[in-house]
Amino acid sequence: MVVRIQDLPRRRYGMPGNAACPGCPEAMGLRYIKMALGDNVVLVIPAGCSSVIQGIWPKSGINFPILNIVFASAASAAAGMKAAFEMMGRDDVHVVVWAGDGGTADIGFQSMSGAAERNDDIIYIVADNEAYMNTGIQRSGLTPYGAWTTTTPLGKKEHKKNLPFIMIAHDVPYVATASVGYPHDFIEKLRKAAKIRGFRYIHLHAPDPVGWRFDPSLTPKVAQLAVKTGMWPLFEYDRGVFRLSPFSKPYKDPSKRTPIIEYLKLQGRFRHIIDKPEEIKKLEEYVDRLWYWIDALEKAFNPSEKARELLSRHA
Amino acid sequence: MTVMTLTGNYAVAYAVKLARVQVISAYPITPQTTIVEKLSEMVDTGELKAKMVRVESEHAALATVFGAASAGARAFTATASHGLLYMHEVVWWAAASRIPLVMAVVARAIGPPWNIHVDHQDIFDQRDTGWIISVAQENQEVLDLTLQAFRISEDPRVYLPMMVGLDGFILSHTMAPVDVPDQEEVDDWLPPRRQPYYIAPETGVVMGNIVPDDDYYMLRYSMQKAMEQAKKVIEEVDREYGKRFGRSYGGLVECTLCDDADYYIVITGSWAGEAKEAARKLREEGYRVGVARIRFIRPWPGEMVRELAARAKGLVVFDRAISFGSKGPLFLDVAATAYGLTSMRGVIGGLGGSDVTADDIAGVVRDFVGEVEEKGSVYEPLYWLFPAKYRGKFEAKEVVA
Amino acid sequence: MSVGKSARGPIVEAPVGFFAAPVSHPAPGAAGKTGTWRDYRPVINEEKCVKCLLCWLYCPEDTILRREDDMVYVDYEYCKGCGICASVCPVNAIEMVPERGGLE
Repeated sequence: MVVRIQDLPRRRYGMPGNAACPGCPEAMGLRYIKMALGDNVVLVIPAGCSSVIQGIWPKSGINFPILNIVFASAASAAAGMKAAFEMMGRDDVHVVVWAGDGGTADIGFQSMSGAAERNDDIIYIVADNEAYMNTGIQRSGLTPYGAWTTTTPLGKKEHKKNLPFIMIAHDVPYVATASVGYPHDFIEKLRKAAKIRGFRYIHLHAPDPVGWRFDPSLTPKVAQLAVKTGMWPLFEYDRGVFRLSPFSKPYKDPSKRTPIIEYLKLQGRFRHIIDKPEEIKKLEEYVDRLWYWIDALEKAFNPSEKARELLSRHA
Repeated sequence: MTVMTLTGNYAVAYAVKLARVQVISAYPITPQTTIVEKLSEMVDTGELKAKMVRVESEHAALATVFGAASAGARAFTATASHGLLYMHEVVWWAAASRIPLVMAVVARAIGPPWNIHVDHQDIFDQRDTGWIISVAQENQEVLDLTLQAFRISEDPRVYLPMMVGLDGFILSHTMAPVDVPDQEEVDDWLPPRRQPYYIAPETGVVMGNIVPDDDYYMLRYSMQKAMEQAKKVIEEVDREYGKRFGRSYGGLVECTLCDDADYYIVITGSWAGEAKEAARKLREEGYRVGVARIRFIRPWPGEMVRELAARAKGLVVFDRAISFGSKGPLFLDVAATAYGLTSMRGVIGGLGGSDVTADDIAGVVRDFVGEVEEKGSVYEPLYWLFPAKYRGKFEAKEVVA
Repeated sequence: MSVGKSARGPIVEAPVGFFAAPVSHPAPGAAGKTGTWRDYRPVINEEKCVKCLLCWLYCPEDTILRREDDMVYVDYEYCKGCGICASVCPVNAIEMVPERGGLE
């Protein structure tokens, strides 16, 4: 079902006066969760920017009840909360983890993988700003190749971990990528996820003006360019069926993709590589590999009944 | 009430069932495993109506039950040794959140090298976290303490999580007759879960966001106040439990043969059994020795220890752990409480499960009494009760301040 | 006894004695009046506005507000001046104007 902006009720979704930096993609993402899921939600937030965005006690700048929790075990705490709600006869409460890329791909990976394997009934959202921004822009497992961070002063030498594919391999019912540049798509995916039981994973690409070194007014534009260049494909894996999302469909054809350089040159973190064709080539090759994966997944997880039966415990 | 022959670990499991725990999460570690196994069986057969979350680590186990408790469920976990160290971060997080919770800790040595036998290093490592920390002497007390833990932790004067310590193998895997109360009796005695707040869509509660430094200080102050109030609650619960179920243990400290004692053995855990036997032997020889078994490491029973020290000729403190570069952790608390009031010896024994007999304990006490009688006043903070095969080859009395 | 599945939640009972709760509630201004952070203010040209609501959708702060007729206006008390609203406006109806000190 397509989301129309005009249909979204006129009400407060975010919480003004929070401690997010101007142009913050996480503040955007948190509003979209409210737009998609409403009020019957509790958030679990491990250490990260969103611990700080809440601002200072006794107020909180995020418009949800929140359990703040240690860096490494957000998914576990969420699993426990869900178990508690079920024991109290409250199956309707959405327990949502809102974690950063570090809290998900690095220190929180074990906990998340465990919850996914158990198929705990939670929605796990990673707000991926591609580095440890809260501690001052250090590299994470989700920082892309070539990106400057304070711990990769000459650019990261490794590629971004392909977490959504790893989550598909966990055989959970729902995995999707999303972007703050495409709120409708994100909201739609959240609403779809909300109707499914079990472990649901949504990977939200969240370009960060502070850590990526671009003007705060450009957050949506940079996010959209990541999609248009093919760097961040939008797709979903829904109980055994893999689909490219409409906004990414055209970019299956490499000739339709915006050249990567258009994405890189808006961001100061790539300043030292935009004049180096061999470095750009490495990123282009990464994008090609990404789309080989997508091609393979589309073929493997097609909507045929047999494939669904074979390939997913949730079909 | 039914008498069952139970290991210490099964005694924990039966208490958890009787407390109608709603969410359990744990990760296996020797010697805690049979607690989790028994509870898994109870949950899977429907004997206990609870959710069992079989997690991938101890860090996750405590985070899971903490999450459940934050949402309002009565929750429980159990661990030991390295598992406890691995969850250490969450141990702090749970206490300062003021969310009631109960955890069993099956005391076991810490590696390297690998050693699965009892000492108290793991429990003392949690000393400063803000948990109520109790240590049982025998299986019956394990069951009683676990039940009481829910009552204590959920008391509005306390609102702190509580650990129930039991010695690895000596209690955890050794069978003994245990009086298991009936469900109706426990339902009548243990009130429904109370807590100061809980997280749910309708409460809007946000736990743990940034607090200004000055207010952070006051949060810590309030934890200390709760610890002080907990002393009274522990005594109260022990008395009420005694009235209902016929067993009381003296609250924070169980004092045996204390009425006319000149010297006290101060000790915690299952080897208090050997200490009591030693005291009886020594009394036959004419020494007036009593045993002060510390049941609660936190809150520290300072008033009671001070009272004993004031009337004693000497205290012999037995530690099954050490703070390297200093002394035994139990001794440190005793000395901080009673320094200057009486003679003291701090004994380190039984590390890694090395055997300590009643005769060993009696020997140390006899020697100490002799010294006190001779010198008038003795302060020996570090005395090594070496394992038998090393005894005599190293100097037992270390000269330290 | 009602600690079984039927219970909707636990019994909330006030702590006894001195107690400082590490608990907050969602409220505006958890980081203060964030309008003071602003270097540029968004100014909406109502004549140009086509009420597409993209500015409202993308605003990270919830400081673009909607009237009954879906005309938008700005909550200057908290708007941080990031300029996203102006950048996503398809008809250039929002102009970022330099602040000259002081909130209105």
